[in-house]
Amino acid sequence: MKALTIFEETFEKEVIKKNFSRREALTKGLGLGLKTALAAIPFGVLDVLENKAQATPSNPDIIKILNYALTLEYFEDTFYKQGLAASGLIAAGDVNVFMQISKHETAHVALLQTTITSLGGTPVPAPTFDFTAGGMFPDVFTSYQRFMGLSAAFEDLGVRAYKGQAPNLAGAKDVLAAALNIHSVEARHASEVRRLRSSKGWINFAEADGLPGFIYDGEENVVQLGIDVTTVTTVNIGAVTQAFDEPLSMPPVLQIVGPFIKS
Amino acid sequence: MKEQKNHDYLQERLYKPIQRKRFLRSIALAGGSLMVGLTACRKDGQPGSGTMDVGVADIGILNFAYVLEQIEAAFYIKANASYYNNAPLSEKQVLFDIMHHEMAHRDFFKKLLGSNAIGTLQFDFSSVDFTSRDSVLKTAKILEDIGVEAYNGLGPFIQSTDYLKIAGKIVSVEARHSAAIRDLLNPRSADFAGDDAVDPATGLERSRTPNAASGGQSIVATCNSFLLTKISASTLP
Repeated sequence: MKALTIFEETFEKEVIKKNFSRREALTKGLGLGLKTALAAIPFGVLDVLENKAQATPSNPDIIKILNYALTLEYFEDTFYKQGLAASGLIAAGDVNVFMQISKHETAHVALLQTTITSLGGTPVPAPTFDFTAGGMFPDVFTSYQRFMGLSAAFEDLGVRAYKGQAPNLAGAKDVLAAALNIHSVEARHASEVRRLRSSKGWINFAEADGLPGFIYDGEENVVQLGIDVTTVTTVNIGAVTQAFDEPLSMPPVLQIVGPFIKS
Repeated sequence: MKEQKNHDYLQERLYKPIQRKRFLRSIALAGGSLMVGLTACRKDGQPGSGTMDVGVADIGILNFAYVLEQIEAAFYIKANASYYNNAPLSEKQVLFDIMHHEMAHRDFFKKLLGSNAIGTLQFDFSSVDFTSRDSVLKTAKILEDIGVEAYNGLGPFIQSTDYLKIAGKIVSVEARHSAAIRDLLNPRSADFAGDDAVDPATGLERSRTPNAASGGQSIVATCNSFLLTKISASTLP
């Protein structure tokens, strides 16, 4: 078929690599079926084929976001190191869980430091933390229930924080990939620690389950990209809220971790 | 010879065999489903094996996610229709919850994609013994893990920030699922985020793109092992 041969020859060149003009396509002598098909390609798709991606965030912006992530990782890394060092704190049967989590947080710190340096930035130093939050949680390293509770809260917060920054990294694909691949690991952590606390691994509405409530504000959302998900599924509303985790932007995250940072 | 290579490459990308009737129907429709037709066009017009391609770019990525969610939903529906032998209430509850999440994801993508949605899938869970805890949970683990891998792997290729946000909101829930299933298989161990899933040197999820085989079975191949109607993602990485 002659039309398809022409299409085959020009596909890579014109559709993938060049500006694709509908008029050009329609005058290429293509068969009727393909003319109709090609005319219906939304321009957005064509932009994609030309790699008209989002604007690349400035290098200082990326570094700022990565240092923000690094701060949160220092937070978790220090928290778990102190928890694992607190004699008799963690139930013997759960030690392997927290050792695995701790291993990851330590690796995240190193990865982010290396990434920031390789981008020509300076990694922020680790702050001094006060995990009692100025005396709000005096038993953080003496009560296993308290320790587990704060662990679950920090992990859920970490998930929301990374999720909140992903769109800001959309124009820096390698950094985005790293962020996404840390984000899902934090979600694994969160699920596991929640389950150790005899809760569900997922967030039901905005239930804080004994943890600081403001960490979960917004998790009750059911509207995704303008679609009220409860109207397109038979699934009950609670499960719909569980099915999607919600982002949190930098200011509220920093506000939540603020009390735990001494300097 | 380079020319030959290019020809074979285009041959593979453009001329996936699909049934002639479906091809003609798909190009007659306006909208993104035409992408399915374009990449599935067979040069000599002969009927093929019935493989459906997910399409290109963001629509292709959303359709791939829709395929994954459909497989997961169908699996968990079966797993909940008749629980494995001696399933305790706590485990039934986990399966029950996950089923609803996957159904919500599936139904959301169906609405979002509209006429761009890939055609009806038929599932094949003949490899699963639904009376066996081990079989059900190990299959669940596979499905959840490929879900996390694929959402993460495709994330950097998503062009629309809106779709990236959605992928972000779902992938963490799939990771929660994976951790929970892995915990059921080996409670209170490191397996919830085992070294097989998370690289211990970096703490990064070991994600992949749909067609990456990386020493094992590609995500596409794994999907097809649960599908009677095969799919392809020929223009996705």
